[in-house]
Amino acid sequence: MDRVPILRIGDNLFVSIQVDLQDDTVLQLQEDLAEELSGTGARGVIIDITAVEIVDSFIGRMLTTIGSISRMFDAETVLVGMRPAVAITLTELGLSLRGVRTALNAEKGLRLLAARDG
Amino acid sequence: MDELPIVSGDDVVRVRQQVRVAAAAAKLSLVDQTKLITAASELARNALIHGGGGLARVETVTSPAGRPGIRVTFTDKGPGISDIDMALTDGWTTGDGLGLGLSGARRLVDEFDLTSRPGEGTSIVVAKWSR
Repeated sequence: MDRVPILRIGDNLFVSIQVDLQDDTVLQLQEDLAEELSGTGARGVIIDITAVEIVDSFIGRMLTTIGSISRMFDAETVLVGMRPAVAITLTELGLSLRGVRTALNAEKGLRLLAARDG
Repeated sequence: MDELPIVSGDDVVRVRQQVRVAAAAAKLSLVDQTKLITAASELARNALIHGGGGLARVETVTSPAGRPGIRVTFTDKGPGISDIDMALTDGWTTGDGLGLGLSGARRLVDEFDLTSRPGEGTSIVVAKWSR
């Protein structure tokens, strides 16, 4: 099983998913992020899915869960870099990723997080 | 014709990869490839979780209208589905999922055929044609 690294940049955590996501990998990421949020007091989480080719209902649900967990630690999650084909497929699948903010790219995501603290 | 066993989470990823390669070779558009791979991911996971494991077969086929496409067949010898109409309803779930797996997968493909017998297993055939 691959493990997704979590980077800390200032007050935010940065996660870039570069592997074909296996269910266990997503569950592990969820746990690692909760640990990291509780340990660092980070205020924001950026999840970059530029390299992610598909998001199915399980992965989508886990992304929503990560958003909810982040809020428990007073942090906000922003999903960035979604591919157009993934956005179309997710919508048709019936997933709205409610509770997770999205931004076009990492830079805009960081600006979103900064605006919250401003 | 390739037959892939589905007995672990890694196998679900392998099914996705195999479908991606086949769909690209059949010249499906990027959106159609993504839809088919996503549907295959849902169905492979279903076979793993609800069917206790199964098989996926990926084939390059031609539609009755003469268009190239990909057909993927999932079979398992699990408990089967007693009420297929209900299982295909959005939001209906046996577990802690969202209940979008089967119904969502059906929306993402051009053809969807589900046969199941309680106690004997389930077989789902999906196809997507190039446009």
